[in-house]
Amino acid sequence: MTTNLQARTEKFFDFVGGNALLVGQMLKELFRKPLYFDLLAVQIENVGAKSLPLILIVAMSVGMVMALQFGIGLQKFGANLYIPKLVSLSIIRELGPIFASLMFAARVGAGMTSEIASMVVTQQVDAMRALGTSPIKKIVIPRVLACLICLPLLCVFANAIGIFGGLVVGTFDLHLAGSFYWQKVLSTVTLTDYLSGFLKTFFFALFVAIPACYYGLNVERGTRAVGLATTRAVVTSSILILVGDYFLTKVFWVIQTWR
Amino acid sequence: MEIIEVSHFKKSFGNKVVHRDVNFTVKQGECLGLLGGSGAGKSVILRSMIGLERPDNGQIQIEGIDVTNLDEAKLVDIRKRVAYVFQNGALFDSMTIFDNIAYPLREHTKLKEHEIREQVLSTLQMFNMHGTENMLPAELSGGMQKRVGLARAIILKPDIILYDEPTAGLDPANTVKIQNLIVQLKGTGVTSILVTHDMDTALRVCDRLAFLENGSVENLGMVSDLKQDPVQILQLFIRGQSD
Ligand SMILES: Nc1ncnc2c1ncn2[C@@H]1O[C@H](COP(=O)(O)OP(=O)(O)OP(=O)(O)O)[C@@H](O)[C@H]1O
Ligand SMILES: [Mg+2]
Repeated sequence: MTTNLQARTEKFFDFVGGNALLVGQMLKELFRKPLYFDLLAVQIENVGAKSLPLILIVAMSVGMVMALQFGIGLQKFGANLYIPKLVSLSIIRELGPIFASLMFAARVGAGMTSEIASMVVTQQVDAMRALGTSPIKKIVIPRVLACLICLPLLCVFANAIGIFGGLVVGTFDLHLAGSFYWQKVLSTVTLTDYLSGFLKTFFFALFVAIPACYYGLNVERGTRAVGLATTRAVVTSSILILVGDYFLTKVFWVIQTWR
Repeated sequence: MEIIEVSHFKKSFGNKVVHRDVNFTVKQGECLGLLGGSGAGKSVILRSMIGLERPDNGQIQIEGIDVTNLDEAKLVDIRKRVAYVFQNGALFDSMTIFDNIAYPLREHTKLKEHEIREQVLSTLQMFNMHGTENMLPAELSGGMQKRVGLARAIILKPDIILYDEPTAGLDPANTVKIQNLIVQLKGTGVTSILVTHDMDTALRVCDRLAFLENGSVENLGMVSDLKQDPVQILQLFIRGQSD
């Protein structure tokens, strides 16, 4: 029991320390030549372009479900008119960024961890080092940067398509006029609303990319460990995103009310 | 002159002590054969020489520099001069054979793409592997991957080469080819350590043999002397196989 607790505590500090170390190395090597722009481009395609369909489908569904749920609740009071407002605000401020990030963690985080871990297990990472090149530069930096570039963009798409999903349900099921819907959305959502959701995705991108690289690079020996590392990375990223969301929202809230 | 000097090398993994106290040296231009059973820790010693593994204690001096305390950035210089030939090839599986072999040239030289092409193709030719340049590592047999790994390791013309069982799993014809290549490289002044189970290769290409067992290295003496003593060779042969 105590040894279990001890082992868990050790693992926790290993994780925190290991990630801090990784970020430190990354920052150190980020501005040192050579920079591999070709690798960054490949990662942007893998991480961004290839995630787009998944994120669009999820965001569309979320928007449609939200509209339907609000519709069911509000129709009773004849308050259908508030649906565009509620749908757009909840998507822009919260659901768009969160769902995009969680799907991103599931798809990109898992893919990255298992790829990096397999490279470690088959000694490709050792080979990189043995040939005088840095795995931080070759593996970590392109992936972290690609996530930082792509997730916010994916979030913009998710927001738009989510609101569109609400529009579809709003017009077909709830009998709202499309023009009315758009007008309400545009008059409700402010730049602050938009940014309070959008800016979080930069943090979420790091919450996905860094644990993925950490668990991938620190995989134990053997192929079974690859699966384990992947599971851990996705779970860690998801928890960081959800818990981090609370604190980030709080921070934005403080900043907003402070002025 | 001693180019490689390992002194009081200790290494454990968890509770398992693999190296208790390893000491040996390699002279300029010499080829040391390092024998030892499976799991004796031969690969770990070679890996430590280029900083892929850190000993718990002890030093490894390469041309007078202790590599055990160097950081990754400083190790780059060592790694350009000391090639490690991985036991299993360790090829980059997302790159073609061509790109694998071209990798060190692209990273560490300013050669133009057509010059790189020429060098890579002639190296492939030398390894009897022309025509495979556009294949991926997964499309090659284990023995072929191993040869590509060897080609990639020596393309920068290193001063020191650490061979980790370069002939294991190769057919006799290719084994002889690799043996000849090692002898040829030695002829150009390369210093090397050859880890192997294969006594035939060890006797053909090495100048001196050493045996890693129970966490330390026993010097067995010059190959030329050993060859006078068939009984000892037979004993070594049996010792090398007994794992
Ligand atoms: N990263 C590691 N984690 C845990 N144990 C390790 C690690 N690397 C090596 N070992 C252990 O150290 C011992 C020596 O390993 P090493 O690979 O050097 O053996 P070897 O002499 O090269 O054997 P072989 O001839 O089979 O290649 C083995 O028992 C191995 O299990
Ligand atoms: Mg080995």
